[in-house]
Amino acid sequence: MAYEGFVIQRDISFDIHQGDIFIVMGGNGCGKSTLLRHLLGLKMPQAGDIYYQQANLWHISPEERHKIMRRNGVMYQSGALWSSLTLEENIALPLHEYTNLSASEIKGLAYLKLALVGLVGFESYYPSEISGGMKKRAGLARALALDPDILFFDEPSAGLDPLSAKLLDDLILSIQASLGTTIVVVTHDLPSLFAIGTDAVFLDSETKTLVAQGAPKELLKHCHHPVVQQFLNRGETKL
Amino acid sequence: MQECTLSMENNIDDSLLIVVSGDWMMGNVTPQLSDVLARLGVLNRHKIQIDTALLIGWDSRFVLFIFELQAYCAQENIELDLQGVPVAAQDLLKQVSAFPVRESGDKPQRDLGLLARLGARTQKISRQSIAVLDFVGELCLSLGRFLRGRASFRGQDLALMIQDCGPNALGIVTLISLLVGLILAFVGAMQLKIFGAQIYVANLVGLGMAREMGAMMTAIIMAGRTGAAYASQLGSMQVNEEIDALKTLGISAIDFLVLPRLIALVLMLPLLCLYADFLGILGGLLVSMSLLDISFMEYVTQTQSALHLGDFIAGLIKSCVFGVLVAISGCMSGIGCGRSSSSVGDAATSAVVSGIVCIVVADASLTVIYQMIGL
Repeated sequence: MAYEGFVIQRDISFDIHQGDIFIVMGGNGCGKSTLLRHLLGLKMPQAGDIYYQQANLWHISPEERHKIMRRNGVMYQSGALWSSLTLEENIALPLHEYTNLSASEIKGLAYLKLALVGLVGFESYYPSEISGGMKKRAGLARALALDPDILFFDEPSAGLDPLSAKLLDDLILSIQASLGTTIVVVTHDLPSLFAIGTDAVFLDSETKTLVAQGAPKELLKHCHHPVVQQFLNRGETKL
Repeated sequence: MQECTLSMENNIDDSLLIVVSGDWMMGNVTPQLSDVLARLGVLNRHKIQIDTALLIGWDSRFVLFIFELQAYCAQENIELDLQGVPVAAQDLLKQVSAFPVRESGDKPQRDLGLLARLGARTQKISRQSIAVLDFVGELCLSLGRFLRGRASFRGQDLALMIQDCGPNALGIVTLISLLVGLILAFVGAMQLKIFGAQIYVANLVGLGMAREMGAMMTAIIMAGRTGAAYASQLGSMQVNEEIDALKTLGISAIDFLVLPRLIALVLMLPLLCLYADFLGILGGLLVSMSLLDISFMEYVTQTQSALHLGDFIAGLIKSCVFGVLVAISGCMSGIGCGRSSSSVGDAATSAVVSGIVCIVVADASLTVIYQMIGL
């Protein structure tokens, strides 16, 4: 992965298994969000391939790529809700675009998704009228609109108080449990990644590559890489 | 995808069994709850069971169906047995009902009467007028500080802004003013030819450009180009809380952001105006030479005799005033921008609209004033 010749990460290879809650972690500026943009198909890797099951994301036609991308739901860091639409319209937009549901069904589904994230009663609010935590939850509701196969989260707990972050973690867990959705989370929030992660990769900004892979709790116990240990122990290394 | 169906049976204990089958997915045509209810006649029933043994695939569409059924049953006091529903769907439904429901469903929509709306508008106008006066007052204070050498902005910023609204605008000013000169000459030539007074095209174009069109066209170009840019720059700074950051450091946003923009425009607009005047005259010359058989020297001499220094000065004074107006309307819209990304667009629009309105109104008043003092 590189930006205009500036290499951010190299030699990265990993699999994400269906039904996992997969964590991408690492310090600031190590390329977590860039990796996410690659996985989402927003940015083409400088070298290497990204496979969705058998399909190589950049060797198929743009139409097919869009079809795959549509099966992903993304919750962006600050919600990325369309500011000129109400919450209900935000969720209804992908449904209008990609399904042939009737208006009343779409309204019902939008209500259901908002209820799922605890935002009933805010259907007609504009994103600028609700708080940051609510924007995140509304972003999640929109990500869920099309019942995605894979859900991506970019820093879900950033900017949330511990309690709201915990609530969001619980929400992620219950969505995973009930829908079986594969979930990819980019985060450096320790409590959250220990609470939800079943598999993880650790990106290092010094060596510019992937230095550890495994469940976060296992990494804490068994990974002896100093950077990983420092990160997972908040610098209080016990080595 | 298999067709999804729904049938209803009576159980022995007089409860109702709803049997769903097929793919209840978003892409599929699914029975509507209202249709079901119409056939249901559940008024005398007390219990509904759901059988999903034949259900193949499901997604949110199915959850929505159950959810709506649940709401209906709660309302009609019917017991709904969800045991047949897939566990995952039950979990989702539990998740939905885990949050407390807010009492008021919608935002309170106030329906105002005519008088109340009129009053609100009037209040808004007076608020806006006060805001304009406020801003202009602040700007005057800031100018005072600048003249005493106490306003703090970076010279580098001023240089960049001068470059942006001066040399970088030359291309579009060249094109527009040359064309305006051509148009004036064309229109004049048609009429003057009737009287055989073609040579007066030079007077028409020269006076028109120097007194009116040069100043007005450059000002309108700058309102669309620079005024809108100012509004969106300052607007996005407002959205990013950059202006708040300046204020908390004790730096006046007016001094630091508005003043250099105002100075840059007031310095550059008269220069652009003068440039536009000459290009307009050049446009007139082109038309006269090619269509009216007027020679180069003839046209130049006629223009010289028609134009006086006062005409240029009249145009330059106008363009200074327009510069102030464009800068103020652009910066004021930007500073007064809201906090969302859509308000930046609104700010840019209002900067251009109010800028152009101000330019035309000021032009009209200045023309009358010139007439009175004989400039």
